[in-house]
Amino acid sequence: MSAAMSLDGWREYVKPLEELAERSGLSFHPVDFEAVPDSFMMEVAVYGLPVRMPHWSFGVRYIYQLIQHRMGHSRIFEVVFPGNPGHAYLASSNGLADNVLVTAHVLGHADFSRNNLLFRRCQEQVSERIVEHAANHARQIQQAIETHGAERVEAVLDAALALEQHVDVDQPLRRELYPEYATEPKIVDDEFRKRFESLDPAEDEPTGTDYLKRAPVPPHPERDLLWFIGHYAPELESWERDIFLAVREESFYFYPLFATQIMNEGWASYWHARLLREADFVPQQVYLDAIKCHSDVVRPIAANQQVALSVNPYHLGFSMWEKIVENEGLEAARRIMQQDDDFGFIRNHLTRELADELHLFRYTAKDGQIRVLDIDLDGLHENLLAPKYGFGAPSVSAAHVRVDGTLELEHDYTTDGRGLDLERSRRVLEYVQRVWRRPVVMHTIDHEGSPHELSCS
Amino acid sequence: MSESGNTPGSPTLTRWYDLFSRGARDWLRHDEKVRDSVREHLPQIIAGGDVINDGAKTVRVPVRVLEHYHFRLRRTNEQQGVGQGDAKPGDVLGQPSRDQGQSKGPGGREEGEFQLLLEIKVDDIVDWLWEEMQLPNLKPRVGPSEETEWTREGWDRRGARSRLDRRRSFKELVKRQGAKDALPSFTDEDLRFRQLARRRQPAVHAVVFFLLDVSGSMSDRDRKLAKTFFFWVVQGLKREYRSLETVFVAHTTEAWEFTETDFFQVAGTGGTVASTGLAKVREIIDSRFSPSRHNIYLFYASDGDNSVSDRTEARELLHGIAQDACYSGYVEVGSAPARRLSTETGRLWAEAAAAGHAASSFAIDDFDSVWDAVRHFFTAEQKALEGTT
Repeated sequence: MSAAMSLDGWREYVKPLEELAERSGLSFHPVDFEAVPDSFMMEVAVYGLPVRMPHWSFGVRYIYQLIQHRMGHSRIFEVVFPGNPGHAYLASSNGLADNVLVTAHVLGHADFSRNNLLFRRCQEQVSERIVEHAANHARQIQQAIETHGAERVEAVLDAALALEQHVDVDQPLRRELYPEYATEPKIVDDEFRKRFESLDPAEDEPTGTDYLKRAPVPPHPERDLLWFIGHYAPELESWERDIFLAVREESFYFYPLFATQIMNEGWASYWHARLLREADFVPQQVYLDAIKCHSDVVRPIAANQQVALSVNPYHLGFSMWEKIVENEGLEAARRIMQQDDDFGFIRNHLTRELADELHLFRYTAKDGQIRVLDIDLDGLHENLLAPKYGFGAPSVSAAHVRVDGTLELEHDYTTDGRGLDLERSRRVLEYVQRVWRRPVVMHTIDHEGSPHELSCS
Repeated sequence: MSESGNTPGSPTLTRWYDLFSRGARDWLRHDEKVRDSVREHLPQIIAGGDVINDGAKTVRVPVRVLEHYHFRLRRTNEQQGVGQGDAKPGDVLGQPSRDQGQSKGPGGREEGEFQLLLEIKVDDIVDWLWEEMQLPNLKPRVGPSEETEWTREGWDRRGARSRLDRRRSFKELVKRQGAKDALPSFTDEDLRFRQLARRRQPAVHAVVFFLLDVSGSMSDRDRKLAKTFFFWVVQGLKREYRSLETVFVAHTTEAWEFTETDFFQVAGTGGTVASTGLAKVREIIDSRFSPSRHNIYLFYASDGDNSVSDRTEARELLHGIAQDACYSGYVEVGSAPARRLSTETGRLWAEAAAAGHAASSFAIDDFDSVWDAVRHFFTAEQKALEGTT
């Protein structure tokens, strides 16, 4: 059938594109390409994973996505899952040229996720089979629903998913519990102690247990709330812990995607543009269509607008990589791609020259009035990165568990610069309280800057 | 661009993801949660009054999409951001929409507000409410039996062709002819026709009289309170009676019968003479609703300021009606709290109740107490019922 042929026509370009990419120095795990219906694309974009645990909040995002899609505001060309092999889903409504472009784009992502250090570290933790893991989690949760009832499972998911950004990716995924006993630091810097230490252990030295002191839990403020609650909630059942740890594992998978979005999308966009330019096996017309699609994707400002009040990460990343390759060469670009995340990338490589070329500016919005502030470079860097700190969430840590089991959470408002949204935070405490099963309190500041304690019992 | 949907032309494979939509499933769960929360607040929502459309089978409740809460920083009234384009420091930009040029990243949370209009069946609401408020389910009072329905009853040799019972007739044929091999032939003797007879059935008709005082002292708000109360009373009674008629009577110093739509628009002037209204009710009962065949309910809403000279006449009439009615209720709207039910009309009802009639009163001062009133009446009615059985 000719119709089917033309829809699947892009497949004949996959192999040559892969070969071209390898010749250009990209190194990636094999990728499985699959064309899927738009409805499925939309779900994958909403859930972030092909099969994921059920929760009503995904339903809300799905409806927003559906409305955006119906209104023509949002079109998803592709979703790619890193791994070995990687999985790439292409929207079956893509045209031939779209798919050729998307294939090249996916190869850029595959190169990035295999070589970027942050990605590699997280993937080593989560394994390269997150898609299967997530499907497993979904199945586990389905079983939990059958055993314990939808309502109880939903209560656990309400809490766990509300805290999904509160993980500590600097710690290993499978983390040791805190040491049970506090160790007194031994001070051996004065002469007497040195001599004392060197003495033969006398028979009258007290046995170890007298000296052992229970370590407080947590021994230090703990940022990884999912891990902490999963392991230290007084009455958490094991299936509930499994849900917390499942959400945490998925967060470990999502973190590098979040923290390298500008670099990663920019890198993929750079390579789809470059590969297509160099692909002499792609017919002229397909190339022209693909380039049109490319310029839509990396367009900084909507067609009918003078300015944009947010920066398109595809555009920013793409422009930065073009500049870096132009000025420092491909070798250096690959090194940056391997070592940085968005923080280093923006701070080190969004230069004065480029910021001017892109016409970036800082603005303030107050009472519906938007005023252009300045074009200060450091200011631009920090404003671009501000939403990226701490997985995009306020810095909250578990500070203390009281004798009666009350969990004390601490908001680091000096770092964040202001207090929490009290109403929302109270709701989150309600979620948490249902799994912690003891009172939960949160210390933050109110709108006047004075200390404020939220509690839920 | 190209076609969407499954690959045309090729035999379509059913993939696992075609089998169900997780997005739709989770959205349905959200929908369920919204309905639950609406249900929890139903008395407050419905009591608002405006959601009730006359004669509508559904009510529309505007709801917000539920938010799954996360820790967030407090919103400041000044936000900073990075923009791109042709602008100089100090420029004041118009109001470009925020989402331009924004692409969807993984886990993106850019969600605009939109409102849902939840349509709920009135019947469902009534079921929820009765469950929620633990209102009793009334048993319809069984009136004297009457002949209502035609039912099949027996067979006869004569009858309309359409009611010929072939099986029966054939049996008769076999009985007559036995198992002879001869070709069976029917005679008129063989034919049997189904017969119909009227069956006596208990009466379960009900009629509700809504009597409203529309004199000058009744404010719009009072009338609205009364309307809300009446609405839910009708809904509650409809649960029990298959055929429920409603009669609307308004009075000042005179009384008139109205249609439902006109009834709540009526505004009168002048004093209050309750007996005129009660007399009108009496008249309608006598002419259209025989007490032996109908369960009669009377609900009277007034601010209680009946004229003192009317006392005797109103008492007589009320006693008369209360005798024939299953239940007579009085809701006092908008009276000053201190005077509650110690008004002229309040006293009237108290006397009727004291005389052993199924009658009681309740004061409504705001939309919340409408529910108390509804509950009050239905529990009282149940008690009255238990008393009779």
